[in-house]
Amino acid sequence: MIHIIYGGGVRDSMKGDATAKGALQGSGGGLRTSGIAVGEADAVWVGVDVGACATKVVVIDARRDMRGYHVLRSGVDYAAASREGLEQALDAAGVPPGRIRRVTSTGYGRNNVPFADEVRTEIGCHMKGCFHYHPHAATIVDIGGQDCKVIHVDDRGRRVGFKMNRKCAAGTGAFLEETALRLGVDLSRLDSLARGASKRIRLGAYCTVFSATEILALIRRGESLEDIARGLLESVVQRILEMDPLEGTVILSGGVIHHNPFLARILEEKLGREVVVPPRPQFMGAFGAALYALEGEGEEAS
Amino acid sequence: MSTSGLPQRKEFRATARLKQLMADHFHQLDEAAKTGSAKIAWCTSVGPAELLRAMGFLVYFPENHGAMLGATRTAMDYIPAANAAGYSPDICSYLTSDVGAFLRGETPLRRAYGIERVPRPDVLVYNTNQCRDVQDWFHFYGRRFGVPVLGISSPRGVEELSSVHIADVAAQLEAMVPALEKIAGRPLDMDRLREVVALSKRCSDLWKEVLDTARSVPSPWTFFDHTIHMGPAVVARGTPEAVEYYEILLEELRERIEQGMAAVDGERHRLYWEGMPIWGKLRDLANLFMDLRCCIVASTYCNSWIFSAFDPEDPFRSMAHAYTDIFICHAEPWKERYIEERIREFQVDGILFHDAKTCPNNSNSRYGMPQRLQERLGLPALVVHGDLNDLRCYSEEQVRTNIEAFVEQLEER
Ligand code: SF4
Repeated sequence: MIHIIYGGGVRDSMKGDATAKGALQGSGGGLRTSGIAVGEADAVWVGVDVGACATKVVVIDARRDMRGYHVLRSGVDYAAASREGLEQALDAAGVPPGRIRRVTSTGYGRNNVPFADEVRTEIGCHMKGCFHYHPHAATIVDIGGQDCKVIHVDDRGRRVGFKMNRKCAAGTGAFLEETALRLGVDLSRLDSLARGASKRIRLGAYCTVFSATEILALIRRGESLEDIARGLLESVVQRILEMDPLEGTVILSGGVIHHNPFLARILEEKLGREVVVPPRPQFMGAFGAALYALEGEGEEAS
Repeated sequence: MSTSGLPQRKEFRATARLKQLMADHFHQLDEAAKTGSAKIAWCTSVGPAELLRAMGFLVYFPENHGAMLGATRTAMDYIPAANAAGYSPDICSYLTSDVGAFLRGETPLRRAYGIERVPRPDVLVYNTNQCRDVQDWFHFYGRRFGVPVLGISSPRGVEELSSVHIADVAAQLEAMVPALEKIAGRPLDMDRLREVVALSKRCSDLWKEVLDTARSVPSPWTFFDHTIHMGPAVVARGTPEAVEYYEILLEELRERIEQGMAAVDGERHRLYWEGMPIWGKLRDLANLFMDLRCCIVASTYCNSWIFSAFDPEDPFRSMAHAYTDIFICHAEPWKERYIEERIREFQVDGILFHDAKTCPNNSNSRYGMPQRLQERLGLPALVVHGDLNDLRCYSEEQVRTNIEAFVEQLEER
């Protein structure tokens, strides 16, 4: 069974068939083992998203296809996590490290990726990744392990504004983690539990600690686990609705939606319209970073 | 976003003079407190300092002390002490850090100037033009020291200042005179008051002039420099020393402009800072913006020490006018117009709002202003959450990511 960490499974990677493993050990720099210029057709670009909880790595090719990806716990050594993630993602893609053309890092630990050529914020990267799948004006909501963001993008893929949540965990993966613990259920069961809810429970509190107290009261009152689980997901959605107007098409990104796809249904209900979830939403930041790596070539001088 | 070969912050020659002026200010107060050679009045930042000076008081500004506590980050040692004594973590963190330091018998003046304690007041004089917190703050000390607390209740949220507002405040100022005369032990000399008001006016004009040099592209200095060099305008307005200081600084700034010297090498974006400084993080933020090639060219905060209305011909009414016409006293539409004008004058590309947790009075992002300005001016705005002194309300990473993402957004335009 997978124990979920927000956002992501401890280990979750695309299965590749090749076994190529590069000389990734040692500190940055020595990544590209071959001095031979990599042809466009074989080349890959890498995005590394070092989140507060999980590190995601995506490998793309010149056609912008995701060739390999991997997620693992960020732990306390971000450089090590990013190296290991890269190794696994390359492995999954069946690509030797020598074919990497460029690496962009993002996320909380973005400055700790020793082999990155460029650093971008996760706000830019989630936008970039989502815009690839939905190249129109939209509102992107990224719900991560430690924070959430609302990003407005125009029809040319430029951000017109964004908001990050404030310091509270409410509305983030950390909130679900904490409350699942209170309920004594595994985080990975939350989504399926919530789907089985028969009634609506509203959690009103603004903060995680207060919510935990509320949950205790609900348990005492004999409410069902299913109903409480749905209430938790609803409260995450509620916090997001309070952040910023969700105009136009809404795209959901990040680890929390990846593991709790039912959140999208709840948000649809509240908004009264469909919301878009790109494939593998947990990897949107890393994917966007890889796209920046690909597009940023030649801009190096700036 | 990080670039190698980071630009360096450029020091001013005038800084030596600045340090001397500030040191003299505190030593003079300390001397008077020890020997009784002069009476000491504590005054809020836009309280009637001119009147107090004219009556021979040495003037001490607790908010300046609050900013020192913030900048040295010692505030974090003292705020909890005030919280425990009943002063909530939700109220002004200048107040809580200052009161906390007092309760612990400590002051940053010791390390900076070898001064053991803040100068004991003979009177405390506040003006509620900025907030109510100053009133409670001063009453704390009034009780502690057993000295009188005098105050002016100012109108707030004013759209256009009228003669009624001014007459009200002027009358309160005049009514304060007899009590002050008693404490000072001398009558008010109107000629001396005119002289002080003239000096304050001159200081204010020069302060505006030095700030206005940031209209140059590239700008010769940044908000982070302004917060340092505003010292004399804050603690010494109404003295010849402050006037002299800004004359020197102005000359140096003009030199920089002539030489085309930029405060931020390769200045790419020009920003406006709305709200309180985050005192404990000024250096970090200065470096971050420099790294991002952004110059914060103007701010509401530093502009707040421009008092154009002072007029030595009509001291009381003009003081009332100057004190009540500050940004913080005004209504939202007035404030928006004010920011709009600065945006134009300083050729600003983006606005940063600092929402300071413990100072709603200087946090103008809470009633939809960023959204309105963004829409009207077509300029991006960002709200950064933090605090003036209480770093428990500040998330380094969130602020950093927000600012970097904002600059990415500016680059995409
Ligand atoms: S205006 Fe704000 S920072 Fe200044 S004294 Fe009042 S509450 Fe404190």
